[in-house]
Amino acid sequence: MTILTDPPRESFRLSMLLYDTRYRSVTMQVIALAVLVFAFWYLGSNVGTNLREQGLDISFDFLGNPAGYDINQTLIPYTSQSTNLQAAWVGIINTLLVAFLACITATVLGVLAGVLRLSKNWLVRKLMSVYVEIFRNIPLLIWILIIFTIMTVSMPAPNAFRGETPSSTMFMDAFAFTNRGVYIPAPIWGPGSMVVVATFIASIIGVFAYRRYATKLLFDTGRLLPMLWPSFAIFFVPTILMFFVMGSPIGLDYPELKGFNFKGGIQIGAPLIALWFALSVYTGAFIAENVRAGIQAVSRGQSEAAAALGLRSGRVMSLVVLPQALRVIIPPLISQYLNITKNSSLAILVGYADITGTLGGITLNQTGRAIECVVLLMAFYLTISLTISMVMNVYNNATKLKER
Amino acid sequence: MKKSVLIGTLTVAGLAAGIAAAGTLDDVKARGKLNCGVTTGLVGFAAPDANGEWSGFDVAVCRAVAAAVLNDPTAVEFIPTTGKTRFTALASGEIDMLARNTTWTFSRDVDLKFDFIGINYYDGQGFMVPKALGVSSAKELDGATVCIQTGTTTELNLADFFRANNISYEPVPIETNAEGQQQYLAGACDTYTTDASGLAATRATFESPGDHVLLPEIISKEPLGPLVRHGDNEWGDVVRWTVNALVAAEELGVTSANIEEMSGNTNNPEVARLLGTEGTLGEMMGLDAGWAKAAISAGGNYGEIFSKNIGEDTPIGLARGLNALWTDGGLLYTPPFR
Repeated sequence: MTILTDPPRESFRLSMLLYDTRYRSVTMQVIALAVLVFAFWYLGSNVGTNLREQGLDISFDFLGNPAGYDINQTLIPYTSQSTNLQAAWVGIINTLLVAFLACITATVLGVLAGVLRLSKNWLVRKLMSVYVEIFRNIPLLIWILIIFTIMTVSMPAPNAFRGETPSSTMFMDAFAFTNRGVYIPAPIWGPGSMVVVATFIASIIGVFAYRRYATKLLFDTGRLLPMLWPSFAIFFVPTILMFFVMGSPIGLDYPELKGFNFKGGIQIGAPLIALWFALSVYTGAFIAENVRAGIQAVSRGQSEAAAALGLRSGRVMSLVVLPQALRVIIPPLISQYLNITKNSSLAILVGYADITGTLGGITLNQTGRAIECVVLLMAFYLTISLTISMVMNVYNNATKLKER
Repeated sequence: MKKSVLIGTLTVAGLAAGIAAAGTLDDVKARGKLNCGVTTGLVGFAAPDANGEWSGFDVAVCRAVAAAVLNDPTAVEFIPTTGKTRFTALASGEIDMLARNTTWTFSRDVDLKFDFIGINYYDGQGFMVPKALGVSSAKELDGATVCIQTGTTTELNLADFFRANNISYEPVPIETNAEGQQQYLAGACDTYTTDASGLAATRATFESPGDHVLLPEIISKEPLGPLVRHGDNEWGDVVRWTVNALVAAEELGVTSANIEEMSGNTNNPEVARLLGTEGTLGEMMGLDAGWAKAAISAGGNYGEIFSKNIGEDTPIGLARGLNALWTDGGLLYTPPFR
């Protein structure tokens, strides 16, 4: 009679960390982590020692001191007596503003150019190729400079609007295009204006609700409701009616030439316009290529099948091709959004007060706290990039092919 | 055995590093070249000509120091710096000294750990406007758009001036003087502000300088001078006394024309000490006896440098004003050479 016994349990030996495949990967990772930690510790202590030798120290106290300088575009309250931290916030908001605006326009431009690049019209197709190739292959820095220089040199200065026979006049007496920026009327919020705004928000929700209902009806019964004109009607009519019912509570503050500059209205500064425009057209060219790649990734049979059902080419694109192309388009699109945000740090070229201009520029310079400012800048850009990436990945997960 | 070798190597490396960090003077001598930080281009103060030769008031200081240390006024590497990069360049050792119309302020001296070795130009911040604008005083600039070089003391003075006078303005931050000039001429800003000397220098390069006026207000004190890193006192002494020697030379009547004659026979003992025919001033600093002679020969004494680069006979046309010798009613005064 034989007794079956378990094979003798191998006792753990140190060498197994290296030779046993079960442990090796963990060992390698631990070693890599240790090396990384050591490298960072070494760099950090090196910086610390060198600073101490020069009699300097790391301190963030300067953030609480008055900044002492003025900023040309402040969306939140700021004076030269505000703290450096407040100046940094002004910069952060300016960065986010230009990045947000540029992401929207670059996407619109990119999708249009990408779709048109596959157009059957020879002229349109070639024009779009020229646009993509020119903008993609010349550095952004140069585009920003070109656009800003053209703006300052070719547009009239505010004093061209002055005098009996001015050489420039305002467009419709409400818009002034100058080399310092564009001046547009600003709304004045009178009593009761909140009701109008509330109506407007409600009608936006209404548009979405209507479209949802129409889609549901289409899927359930196959009856196609008109989409476009009811959407417009819901969007505009209630707000306009409410505006007159409340007795026109929202007025307009027109820009007027007073002293050296236009006063009143809203000023959209030339630096913002130049940076926004340059970022949009430059990144738009890259997005166009992503869109083209996405569309070409959709099998030809899909559009042929859709055409066989009798769909017109516009509907084929919007209902069949683009939804499938999206899952190819979105991942590289995330990168482009990150690029826009990071590239906005070139703002200093045109004197736009973004975070690199305020915290990483003037504050750094005036306080001499280079390491602290750069660390804060890195933390800011890292946070923003990871946030964009996260939000866009959520969207990506929502649109990607559902595999069941 | 192996361990001791490693430790030995580390010790030697550590010693070498300690020595290397110690003396800028020795570094410059060993390199045979002075790394001098200047502006990216401001005519009269520091700008390269068509052949790439740098010249100007600040450049002359670099050349004088190079002549004093290396006996060769051309042994200078000119490193252009902007308002933003200048201090990092100096602190990191990329340049040995900075001669770049930099204002001597408390925080730069104390907090940023630099040593200003003296003042070679007494300046103040002014405004330039087109004549057509019809402005005669800076206090009339309410609501104006102002071009300003970012990262400078002028940026802070500007904010203080407008706040103190309770008027508003819109800043247009720019990086270099050339950019400021372009923006100003295109009318993207109503007025350009920087040191009055810089404004005069900029205006001199315009096609029609007469169409632009400098406003009478000088809104700040801008004592400009060369600076070095804090803590290297030997090197600081060399730069300080080289600049002093230029001023002393003017005071004592030593010019680039008569310097040979004066060093041969002079009955003024201070001149003899300055030019190294008597005493051991050069030796005390670790330089040749003829250090000051070489420095003065490089571009002349202070007065000669001034009139050659920015004086009234040049397009820039600055009067001596505060920058005259103390004997002529100015502020220039050097400690004695003894």
